[in-house]
Amino acid sequence: MRTTAPDVSASGPLSYDVVIVGGGAAGLRAAIAVAETAPALSVAIVSKVYPMRSHTVSAEGGAAAVIKDVDSLDEHFRDTVSGGDWLCDQDAVEFFVEEAPKELLRLEHWGCPWSREPDGHVAVRPFGGMKQQRTWFAADKTGFHLLHALFQTSLKHQQIVRHDEWFATKLLVDDGRVGGVAGIELATGRIETIAAKAVILCTGGCGRVYPFTTNANIKTGDGMALAYRAGGPLKDMEFVQYHPTGLPFTGILITEAARAEGGWLLNRDGYRYLQDYDLGKPEPHPVFKSMELGPRDRLSQAFVKEMEKGRTIPTSYGPIVHLDLRHLGEQTIDTKLPFVRELCRDYERIDPVRELIPVRPVVHYMMGGVHTDIDGAAGVAGLYAAGETACVSINGANRLGSNSLPECLVFGARAGEAAASHAASAPGPAASLAAQAADERRRLEELLRRDGGRERVSTLRQEMQAAMEAGAGIYRSRDDLVKSVDRVHELQDRFRSVRLTDHSLTFNTELIAALELEFMLEVAGSILHSALMREESRGAHQRVDFPRRDDEQFLAHSLICRNDDGSWRIEYPPVTITRWPPGERVYGR
Amino acid sequence: MRTIALRVARYRPEDETEPTMQEYEVPLREDWAVLDGLNHIKDHLDGTLSYRWSCRMGICGSCGMTVNGEPKLTCGTFLTDYAPGPVTVEPLRNFPVVRDLVVDISDFMGKLPTVSPWIVDSEDAAPAEGEHLQTPEELDEYQQYSMCINCMLCYSACPVYGLDQDFLGPAAIALAQRYNLDSRDHGAHQRVDVLSAADGVWSCTFVGECTTACPKGVDPAGAIQRYKLTAATESVKSLLMPWGRRSDLPRPSGADQDNNAWSREVR
Ligand SMILES: Cc1cc2nc3c(=O)[nH]c(=O)nc-3n(C[C@H](O)[C@H](O)[C@H](O)COP(=O)(O)OP(=O)(O)OC[C@H]3O[C@@H](n4cnc5c(N)ncnc54)[C@H](O)[C@@H]3O)c2cc1C
Ligand code: SF4
Ligand code: FES
Repeated sequence: MRTTAPDVSASGPLSYDVVIVGGGAAGLRAAIAVAETAPALSVAIVSKVYPMRSHTVSAEGGAAAVIKDVDSLDEHFRDTVSGGDWLCDQDAVEFFVEEAPKELLRLEHWGCPWSREPDGHVAVRPFGGMKQQRTWFAADKTGFHLLHALFQTSLKHQQIVRHDEWFATKLLVDDGRVGGVAGIELATGRIETIAAKAVILCTGGCGRVYPFTTNANIKTGDGMALAYRAGGPLKDMEFVQYHPTGLPFTGILITEAARAEGGWLLNRDGYRYLQDYDLGKPEPHPVFKSMELGPRDRLSQAFVKEMEKGRTIPTSYGPIVHLDLRHLGEQTIDTKLPFVRELCRDYERIDPVRELIPVRPVVHYMMGGVHTDIDGAAGVAGLYAAGETACVSINGANRLGSNSLPECLVFGARAGEAAASHAASAPGPAASLAAQAADERRRLEELLRRDGGRERVSTLRQEMQAAMEAGAGIYRSRDDLVKSVDRVHELQDRFRSVRLTDHSLTFNTELIAALELEFMLEVAGSILHSALMREESRGAHQRVDFPRRDDEQFLAHSLICRNDDGSWRIEYPPVTITRWPPGERVYGR
Repeated sequence: MRTIALRVARYRPEDETEPTMQEYEVPLREDWAVLDGLNHIKDHLDGTLSYRWSCRMGICGSCGMTVNGEPKLTCGTFLTDYAPGPVTVEPLRNFPVVRDLVVDISDFMGKLPTVSPWIVDSEDAAPAEGEHLQTPEELDEYQQYSMCINCMLCYSACPVYGLDQDFLGPAAIALAQRYNLDSRDHGAHQRVDVLSAADGVWSCTFVGECTTACPKGVDPAGAIQRYKLTAATESVKSLLMPWGRRSDLPRPSGADQDNNAWSREVR
């Protein structure tokens, strides 16, 4: 073991053609795409956790792609567009539905253990908001299997170099062109810069800006903040998905597959309350796009209404309703939903075969993210983004469950190819990057050594999370949003006197938490501002003061840009409509 | 409020030569895992404590530690099961300690690629156009071995690995078997060398601690036993058919050559 502290000012001459920040589904797929399509290029993945720890690992229910004869690309397109309340860019959705089956087959060839029909064909299951069975699954550990298959396949490509447990803190940009990334190697505390001709951000979502979320500790929106600070706009940040069924204390997700297999949502009186919210009539068996298989935004909103009527059940972790799987029987639960049973048993100490599962809506997914075009290009030359951190946008105002794993694959691959072809002809890094890198090193060293600040990281984080829940929850209003905007500005001010108690260079998780908090404050601000300015209700963005969708003014993306002084401006470029003009979203009828 | 004492191993390599124990009182709540106790310490009592965690749902494999002497996922191990305490939390055994509860697993990360943990395509057939058919029974053959989350609890429990770090170890062998038994794979011959080398399956003395420790029911001990049987048959075959030595077998194209050089690259 190393006994002396390394010289923080020493930085290796690291340089690659393409650097990918993030080793989840999107990042790994992008890396393999570079390795396969441009074998002459050098490519590296940097990731703040080992790739197989990325949050893709926790995806449960499945991945959507048309493969069965009864299904069609057009239906997948329509489900996605109406699910997204017409805020999706239809050219991107067309490309997505076409590519998704090819990508999932590729994963099949790479060893993903997809669940099968008795005859050996890939099995599919229904999912919320989908009109056909088209969700491929690997029991209910789809993300886990997909991630490990990708990671293990990536090991085959010697060309892919990894920097594991390496935390990116800043994008180096010169004259509107990306030249690399600066960051910290966790084990040694070494501050390094990695030069690159193209950088792909695949850093995942930002659920941790909220107090109650299915998202892992690492989902702090780093890539969104990195791009935002480097001049790349963020798109549609106000659209935050609440998943209707999280376990009350932990926020652990009970997958939508539980409802797809036939689970029911029951209120205090044991009544399937969704029938009161224009979501169809209760049938004993699951019906596509109806009741429990409605879209997530509508189901989470129905919960709030039910709560207002006093028909939820109070607990020490807030109001809940029940998810009932008992009628599915032990065998179905064990073969189709083994992880659900495992999670309920281990974390809630109940057995869904015999007992009701307590659930409540929980922050789950970011529809918004780094603004990109269909190639993943993020508005700064050489910068790309893919996966949950990006907004292409195929998810519009509300993502359909099981669309995001294939999104990571489809657009991860595309961004990898685009970044590779950009890197092949891009000039080497500009000389001025060294100065930027030196500035960043000084900033980090100052933060690490700073004594005498007053604010604790954990206190600021808690206050930010409370402000987000109060201002940008399932239902929003101008007053609440304004209050939360002020609050987050105040927290940003207070962050300037944050105090670290840990000054060690070795695996300093307090330093990382502080940097993540700084990123989250940036992201939180962008969510609140975008939500405040969008004076309509669409998908997951519901304004009590503007309860209707307003296509006249807001059939448009919110593009928020950061000015150099930290202030912001929002533009509204139109949504791309190729063939399906806005209509009514219809479920259960 | 009821509380429970957590005795936590601390080690700061810049200041200390030896680990020390530090005690903290944390709330004893019905639904708190050991990890929640550690997070309470980090957020409210002592910001300098370092440990890894992420998903807190038993699937990312980050949060393995030694709890009262046993390797555990701390996000799935509950404080009330140890009441009235104290609960001792130490880093996983058999690994170098980086800091506090964080261990260095680069040895395992380097071993992973040596077992070619990917589907090796057949040399004869063209790559499949559509899906490979695989019946649920064929899936069952390897599914258990595909459940590994790389949490390292089995390495921590393994007495052989404790003595000999060159031992390939339970999870790596189980993963090799996961691919060997997959009906889509044609790479078993490519994994023979590393599996049946001196540091491969034969190092295992079948103590079975790995299977006991595994939180995901992978049964690495079973994988090892099963491979020993295969390897025994293989070596008989190569005695009978000297021309069948693996080095003479045509190697499939791809990146399998010189896996060791690659593993040095991995950082
Ligand atoms: C509980 C749960 C269940 C889900 N189930 C489904 C499902 O069934 N179907 C579906 O389609 N979708 C599902 N989703 C959504 C889907 O899993 C995610 O959107 C998707 O996996 C995101 O993948 P990603 O590659 O974009 O990011 P992630 O997998 O989150 O990876 C992010 C990567 O970026 C790295 N990183 C982040 N910041 C930094 C930094 N500063 N420096 C260096 N590295 C960094 C991390 O280390 C990590 O490797 C689910 C989500 C959750 C939370
Ligand atoms: S085999 Fe089990 S104990 Fe070992 S790393 Fe895998 S999941 Fe963990
Ligand atoms: S935190 Fe992921 S396994 Fe425990």
